[in-house]
Amino acid sequence: MRYLPLTEQDRTEMLESVGVKTTDDLFKALPLAKGYDLPDHQGEMEVERFMTALAAKNQTASDSPFFLGAGVYRHHIPSTVDYIIQRSEFLTSYTPYQPEMAQGTLQVIFEFQTFMTNLTGMDVANASMYDGATSCAEAALIAMRLTGREKIVIGNALHPQYREVLESYIGKDHISDVEDETIAAVIIQSPDFFGTPHAYAQLKNKCDAIGAKLIVVITEIVSLGLLPAPTEADIVCGEAQSIGIPMSYGGPHLGFFACKQEYLRQMPGRLCGETVDADGKRGFVLTLSTREQHIRREKATSNICTNQGLCALAFTVHAALLGEEGLKHLAHLNHERACTLAEALSKINGIKIINDSFFNEFVIELPIDSKVVQKKLLNKKIIGGLPLDGNRMLVTATEMTTDQDITDLVSALTGVCS
Amino acid sequence: MDYALNYEEPLLWEHRAADGCGVDFEPLKNAPLKTGQPARQTIGWPKLKEPQIVKHFVRLSTKNFSIDHGFFPLGSCTMKHNPRLNEKIARLNGFANIHPMQPEETVQGALELMFDLQNWLGELTGLRGVCLTPSAGAHGELAGLMTIRRAHELNGQSHRKIILCPDSAHGTNPATAAMCGYELRVISTKETGCVTVENFKAALGDGKDVAGMMVTNPNTCGLFEAEIAECAKLLHEAGGYFYCDGANFNALVGKARPADFGVDVMHINLHKTFSTPHGGGGPGSGPICVADSLKDYLPVPCVVKTDQGYKLETIEDRPSSFGRLKGFQGQFGMFVRALTYMMSHGGDGLRQVAEDAVLSANYILSKLKGDFYAPFGDRTCMHECLLTDKIQKEQGVTTLDIAKTLIENGIHPMTVYFPLVVQGAMLIEPTETESKEAIDHFIFVMNHIAKDTSDGKANEIHQNPLSTPRRRLDEVRAARQPVLKATI
Repeated sequence: MRYLPLTEQDRTEMLESVGVKTTDDLFKALPLAKGYDLPDHQGEMEVERFMTALAAKNQTASDSPFFLGAGVYRHHIPSTVDYIIQRSEFLTSYTPYQPEMAQGTLQVIFEFQTFMTNLTGMDVANASMYDGATSCAEAALIAMRLTGREKIVIGNALHPQYREVLESYIGKDHISDVEDETIAAVIIQSPDFFGTPHAYAQLKNKCDAIGAKLIVVITEIVSLGLLPAPTEADIVCGEAQSIGIPMSYGGPHLGFFACKQEYLRQMPGRLCGETVDADGKRGFVLTLSTREQHIRREKATSNICTNQGLCALAFTVHAALLGEEGLKHLAHLNHERACTLAEALSKINGIKIINDSFFNEFVIELPIDSKVVQKKLLNKKIIGGLPLDGNRMLVTATEMTTDQDITDLVSALTGVCS
Repeated sequence: MDYALNYEEPLLWEHRAADGCGVDFEPLKNAPLKTGQPARQTIGWPKLKEPQIVKHFVRLSTKNFSIDHGFFPLGSCTMKHNPRLNEKIARLNGFANIHPMQPEETVQGALELMFDLQNWLGELTGLRGVCLTPSAGAHGELAGLMTIRRAHELNGQSHRKIILCPDSAHGTNPATAAMCGYELRVISTKETGCVTVENFKAALGDGKDVAGMMVTNPNTCGLFEAEIAECAKLLHEAGGYFYCDGANFNALVGKARPADFGVDVMHINLHKTFSTPHGGGGPGSGPICVADSLKDYLPVPCVVKTDQGYKLETIEDRPSSFGRLKGFQGQFGMFVRALTYMMSHGGDGLRQVAEDAVLSANYILSKLKGDFYAPFGDRTCMHECLLTDKIQKEQGVTTLDIAKTLIENGIHPMTVYFPLVVQGAMLIEPTETESKEAIDHFIFVMNHIAKDTSDGKANEIHQNPLSTPRRRLDEVRAARQPVLKATI
């Protein structure tokens, strides 16, 4: 087997050194399995053949016009990103617990934290979270700990899966509808699940008045190249998959967590900090780990250990390529494509655009059930928007959406609606 | 100062800014905004072009050590070879370029892959209920304990508030129990290194308030918990469930099924046993496998096979589920890599994985237990062996010094100062993908460190590492005056 370098000769010598006759002598304490109903090993060619056939059974976003978003976005990823993240030194290294051997990863995390704080307008950001939904749930837990209160208000249209994860983490009975002095935080998503961007100043005042924290959730991180930074928030968390990471059927993606300086010691997850080495040179280390599970055990701020390191690297490379100008341009471009799509759809008889404002996705009202529409579009090979309740559908455009894609959708929908 | 193949690399923001950026776009039309918000003016991101950025990250990469460089015997982390085939397959357009909310009929290949992976994990663990969604080991622990909590809830056992856990456990175990609102009762294993029927019984009491126990097996001392099946029986009689931390599954894979020693729930680290890359700290993937008695309470969604094809379950399909623990379907890209690895090895290859991993660890133990103190050196270890600095400490050389001297010799240190139950612990996990040549070199270096120590060279050892891009770093300063982002 190609991944196993020990020879029979090696094994014999090693067994001799250990002082046993057979390998099974090492497994004497175990209840050994009698056998497994599993196929034998296969060569690279055979496995590749099987997997390629499996992959071919999926209809991909590049096979046909595609209009899904809703928390996972199809953006262009520059070739440089995948080239960098596949370098052995990044791909096959461990969490940088030995900083002398991991300055590369550590500096990347430090730069990632800088990108995130600048983008969100927060003071500090951690090295990443599993995904947007779990990051949001952890934010709620921290707000509960900070305030000593047990209720959370979901202030607007939060992504339904984020809500479900939040319910699992804190318990359904901890979610309240009343913004009063018993609540730990208000969670607001922007753009919200239906695509509408929100301002925060008024809500922040309200939160301050009742002593609650303001948690802002971002699921489309590109939007922050065009929309104002949520500087009023106490915590900004969410999903950064849009920069550098493929959709990959839902993961691995990139949760992020950023907050005000005063909550630093309550943050979950890893943090990288600047310091100096024995020669006085600048270097980086994982720091403030007294918050973390391997030190604090049951008193830790979270149980998170492994996070999304390589995805944070992909983000950092893509973010570096975009830079100040590129992110703004990309965000504007997304908005323009969505405006073009909205305008084209609004001209179809029977279709109404619901949103007054949006970034790169919005809700349309169709004359018939949106699930039926989705099926009819699929018959024409088009992956339409996300069916919502009744006749509504959430449609998304990004820089990847071409004029031809829009023309195809309009022509298909015109047929469906008439 | 730069010298041959060792470059100083500033932060992105410290480079001289270029015009524009490293991506070319079509021009904007500058139509009026429909965002309802003023356009953002400044972000604070750098301005560089593609060649500068490539050099930046390539130079940074050269300051990292990785599995592909050399020996990486990090205990309980299973730093095995990461096959490149896995990477290639995960990048196939049909896997990388699909959206998690696509209609199920358009992603039958992806669902079939998940279904196959569920079956492989079920067969290997003997625990046939499998949910793939947890994102990493600690997340799997959370999923497992929430599954147990839900089972107790629906069976009128909500009063059970205690989780039993040995003092040798990973820090994630107590942290997870606390997140689930459980109270921890510690099983003391300081003397034995293992959970015994005796110390287990002492912790269990009458068991009426015990929800379950969390045990890593093989445990973090590198030992198989031989009495655990008996403990599990007692636990089950008292109405509790047995959660097994699967971090050390590499010792068992293809050899023994956790179900056969009484496990009810177990998470599997795909990024350990099944070779998906650690990526400098993730992404991981921590599917959980459960016995039939807990199947109904697993998180959603699992993949099921129906007459109409493969399908993702919803909470309506299985209302007894505790709910959802992650957005979408889990770390799908890791599922692709893990199944690719499993198929490459097959059942026969996986058995050899466990055998070679365990043999290599025992071989290292046999060669080093003379020069170093091995607290359980009289026993057979599993896929990792435990040494301490007890002998060297008398000469002023600690576990930390040994680690830093390994670094100076181009070897990644073992896990240090863990498990906490042993002072100055060094937990060594060679994995099955290292050649005897590499293992012998490690033994040679360790013998040398022992000899230099006994020769009174402690002062020289304290200087290590000398040749790395940075020498020992001031961690106290980093924590006392936190600088967590670039100053622009």
